[in-house]
Amino acid sequence: MRQSNRLNTLLALFASFAATPPAIAMTVVHTEKSLYRNIVVYEEDGQRCLSFSRRNRTARQSCQFLDHPDQFYFAYTKMMMGALYLNPNPRKILVIGLGGGVLPTALAKMFPDAKIDIVEIDPAVVKVARQFFGFNPNQRVQVFEEDGRVFVKRAGQSGRRYDLILLDAFDHEYIPEHLLTQEFLFEVKTLLTTDGVLAANTFSSSRLYHHESTTYQAVFGSFYNLRVKLKNRIILIKMDGLPTLDAIHRNAASVEEKLKPLGFGGDWLMPLFSTERDWDPNARVLTDQYSPSNLLNALF
Amino acid sequence: MAALFTASAVGPNRFEDSILYRLFVFLIAGWSGFWVMAIELLSGRILAPNFGNSIYVWGGVIAVFMLALSVGYLLGGRWSLRHPSLNRLASILLAGAVAATPVIFLADPLLDWLFDRIQDPRYGSLASATLLFFIPTAIAGMVSPYAVRLLVNESQQSGHYAGLLYFVSTFGSAAGTLLTSFYLVLYFEIDRILIGLVGISLILGLLALFFGNSGNAPKQ
Repeated sequence: MRQSNRLNTLLALFASFAATPPAIAMTVVHTEKSLYRNIVVYEEDGQRCLSFSRRNRTARQSCQFLDHPDQFYFAYTKMMMGALYLNPNPRKILVIGLGGGVLPTALAKMFPDAKIDIVEIDPAVVKVARQFFGFNPNQRVQVFEEDGRVFVKRAGQSGRRYDLILLDAFDHEYIPEHLLTQEFLFEVKTLLTTDGVLAANTFSSSRLYHHESTTYQAVFGSFYNLRVKLKNRIILIKMDGLPTLDAIHRNAASVEEKLKPLGFGGDWLMPLFSTERDWDPNARVLTDQYSPSNLLNALF
Repeated sequence: MAALFTASAVGPNRFEDSILYRLFVFLIAGWSGFWVMAIELLSGRILAPNFGNSIYVWGGVIAVFMLALSVGYLLGGRWSLRHPSLNRLASILLAGAVAATPVIFLADPLLDWLFDRIQDPRYGSLASATLLFFIPTAIAGMVSPYAVRLLVNESQQSGHYAGLLYFVSTFGSAAGTLLTSFYLVLYFEIDRILIGLVGISLILGLLALFFGNSGNAPKQ
């Protein structure tokens, strides 16, 4: 506790030197060193955020409005919900990468009968999500603390199937490279039911964008691409073929009520749907043999 | 650099004192250091699809490599007691290259086989690293003590030559680590890199054999 007080003073001092924007009081609620990262929970401007970063706050993983904890803060979490426009009524859901647990918490509320499995490698993240972000695992919402690749491989062998998979295991600074290869995506593919949907939170900047696009295309064919400038991009895939925009519109209408508590709707999400292939089709496909994702993300 | 090749005081015309002979000994030691670290880094990549790349996977890999090297040092030193020669050093290098080829051809089925049998990824990665990398790495570990034996003529110089040899071989390790992780993985597939490493070992070993034989032939 004393340590985080000192950190507070330091951060406040730092904030007072920053000329723009005007400094807003920031309170560090909790810090924790895990096996994989430094976890910081802080409150600022009416939000509580989870950060994995060491240097600054750009790598925020999750944020929650303190007075409206149900509302989504990040564009990328809203875009991930675009998966519901491809499958409006998922019953078995897999979430790879927990963060603050914002996605599984919302899905558990929206679909009270759905079974949700979550894979998170870092036990400390699970603890922090429960303690500070209202994440509440139970019989129906189950967390597996292990490597995503190992879980997916075992789940494939034991015949587990999901009609919605959310892949959210990367941040801006570090990509688990074995979770961004053609072989891994084939393993994920075997977990999807015949009409299953995959939503993947990935990158929109750097050379990696092109490699990642050709890799997903090699495994799944065409997909919907949701992009917000200079932010994340979401890839949406459906196993039995990509629905038309008309079908998407119809599904959007049917889940509009469910999305309302999250603070957004089809008017924001629909215009983002695109099938335009705005990447270099010759970018080398990432495989278990060739997967320098972090270098491609950092260098080019 | 000249210090590496200074002839000993024993006799000016001995084959063992020629610059080329010493160059080969140091080259093999340096390359062996390069080889071990390049393969160690790639081994993490090779295990990741089945066991993840968490800290315990690296723990298993590093432990196996250290253990294999320690056994190799023991065996290499022991083998150097009788009839030490450049030919035999070259044959160690060749044997290591041959022992590493299953990594290229058998890694996938072996890892899948272990994945089905061992649930805990810690012991899965430990067993995989042992089966795939223990033997080639132990053979690589034999190089350093054997090379020391080839360089030392008088006990007085043993520390000097052991130091030089550690320098060359550990420098090679640093180069292998950096080159592999910074550049090789960015341009080549893992199997390509492994084939390249095995190829260089074979070429260097055969060259040393050829040179060792031609040097030994006119021996008085």
